[in-house]
Amino acid sequence: MIEIKDLHKSYQMGSNSLHVLKGIDFSVKEGELVSIMGSSGSGKSTLLNILGMLDEADSGSYFLDGMPIKNLNEKVAAKYRNKFLGFIFQSFNLITYKSALDNVAMPLYYQGVKRKERLEKALHYLSKVGLADWASHLPNELSGGQKQRVAIARALASEPKVLLADEPTGALDTKTSYEVMELIQGINDEGKTILIVTHEPDIANMTKRIVNLKDGVIIDDTLVEQVKAVAHV
Amino acid sequence: MFSIERWQEIFETISKNKLRTFLTGVSVASGIFILVLLLGVGQGMQNGIAKEFEGDSTSSIWVWTRTTSVEYKGLNPGRRINLTNEDYAFINKSNESTLEHSSSRARRWGILVTYGKESGSYGIEGIYPDFQVIENEEMVSGRYVNQNDIDEQNKVAVIGNKIKRDLFKKDEEAVGEYIEINGIPFKVIGVYSDKAGEREEDRVFIPSPIAQQIFGLGPNINGLAFSLAPEENFETAVQKSEQFVEAMTTYLKAKHIIAPEDDRAIGVNNNLENAKRFYNLIFMIKAFFWWVGICTIIAGIVGVSNIMLIIVKERTKEIGIRKAIGAQPASIIGLILQEAIFVTALAGFVGLILGLALLEFAGPLVQTEFILNPSVDFNVALTTVFILIFAGALAGFFPAWRAVRIKPIVALRDE
Ligand SMILES: Nc1ncnc2c1ncn2[C@@H]1O[C@H](COP(=O)(O)OP(=O)(O)OP(=O)(O)O)[C@@H](O)[C@H]1O
Ligand SMILES: [Mg+2]
Repeated sequence: MIEIKDLHKSYQMGSNSLHVLKGIDFSVKEGELVSIMGSSGSGKSTLLNILGMLDEADSGSYFLDGMPIKNLNEKVAAKYRNKFLGFIFQSFNLITYKSALDNVAMPLYYQGVKRKERLEKALHYLSKVGLADWASHLPNELSGGQKQRVAIARALASEPKVLLADEPTGALDTKTSYEVMELIQGINDEGKTILIVTHEPDIANMTKRIVNLKDGVIIDDTLVEQVKAVAHV
Repeated sequence: MFSIERWQEIFETISKNKLRTFLTGVSVASGIFILVLLLGVGQGMQNGIAKEFEGDSTSSIWVWTRTTSVEYKGLNPGRRINLTNEDYAFINKSNESTLEHSSSRARRWGILVTYGKESGSYGIEGIYPDFQVIENEEMVSGRYVNQNDIDEQNKVAVIGNKIKRDLFKKDEEAVGEYIEINGIPFKVIGVYSDKAGEREEDRVFIPSPIAQQIFGLGPNINGLAFSLAPEENFETAVQKSEQFVEAMTTYLKAKHIIAPEDDRAIGVNNNLENAKRFYNLIFMIKAFFWWVGICTIIAGIVGVSNIMLIIVKERTKEIGIRKAIGAQPASIIGLILQEAIFVTALAGFVGLILGLALLEFAGPLVQTEFILNPSVDFNVALTTVFILIFAGALAGFFPAWRAVRIKPIVALRDE
């Protein structure tokens, strides 16, 4: 599903350049649930953003579902993001003036799905994350966990091939984190490929594979015995 | 671009962001409103001034004589110059194509005029029929002096409204009655009124030859009055009249042995130059209001641009989210622009209609001499609305374009 080879990325800071990713080789097969770990500043988010086409690598190759991702113009990138990827952010990134339902329906709007069908589908995914009753609420009327679940429903709504989550539980308390992880595990069990950036070991242990990043290189990549979140909820 | 889905999205955005929409709308609407009022008042002032200047025929040239001020060809200064019938006839003949109306003036002030027991002293002026048009006299009753009166030397008189009021009883008919001027009976053939009011209505007009006869002037006259044939535009009219005045004074100075540099002996008042001043004033007023209007539009454009800039800035994160979700750049720009144009247009027309309505209803209530019928050219107002809409769109486009071009990850980080 995801194939990257010798990926490099630096940030230009005035005259200095900060080499963040120093040759990453990494692949993810369909249906995997992978966590990316590492200390702060090790380049986890940078890697995930490149995978999500929100940012661009300097060099190296990247194939998503067999397609080369290189020098895409913004139009094509937008199309790929819409078709292949679903994002879950630490800070939720919901549109504040839109209801939970409308937020979830947004990716479908950009897929050109008609309004009625859009809202039906959105409601389906909202109920899947257990928030059907909150459909008409604005984001600021929801708790952190609820917001993240709306964001997950939104990420699912476009039926992407890969879900990318950057510290999805970073802003949540332990109990809520586990609830969100339970949801993510459920989605993975249905066959969706998921990548999670986290620095919480207990969250990482709820995935099936842990990739450890340090100073811009992968120092460790191991399959783990998945801990089911439901046991902790 | 004009899909229903897009409009639904826009109306949703508008209805969920009422304050933002309201503020944009108010600033655009008030800008247009003020502009319409300004242009309206400007037009009103123009109308008012045009009315003030009405009265004298705007293209008249008046000639009178005084004493010479310069010694010339052995003649002492202080010599009284008298124009004659011959001068009048010559000028008429040599300027046939330029002149529209002409009349000589043979006048005396403080002449006793009596009717029955009533009497008063007034100015008596011997003129030709054309004088009515040049002086812009309006007949209240009867008629003016005509060519027949001149030819047959009829002792007829046209009296001013004031004289009629002085000498005749209120409901008495003056036309057909006989008055005495210097003891000589004249038949009243008409009563005139002058727009300038009473001070111009205390004159009696009689045929020129009769005036010369009863005042013993011989062939002498006191002055001349002309009006020029209308020209295609104001500039040529001014040019023609200046040429005419130049030629005429040169002729008169030569004929009466006056030094060419003696500007005192012959007085000329070229009213076309006054008209020029009038047109200049109108132009100045117009220019001023346009200037203020353009400043208002510029202020409006700056205001709209600012609002657009703020709106787009405020929406940077939203743009990032939309892009992460898969929005095409063109779709985002289109969304922002369409909303901006829709709000600006709606508000612009509201301002336009309010402004026009105020002018329509309050305009006639304005009671000053200087503002008359304030009104606004609808097309001009409409054009300004479109300029504002266009400016708003342009002002919205660049920040939107820039916001869309920043990497989604940067836009998402925006707080
Ligand atoms: N836009 C940017 N411009 C310059 N430097 C950046 C930018 N984004 C990230 N960096 C730098 O790159 C390095 C890696 O950042 P990154 O966000 O990938 O770290 P991270 O592993 O996600 O850390 P954290 O756990 O704190 O989220 C950091 O040193 C950061 O300061
Ligand atoms: Mg990070």
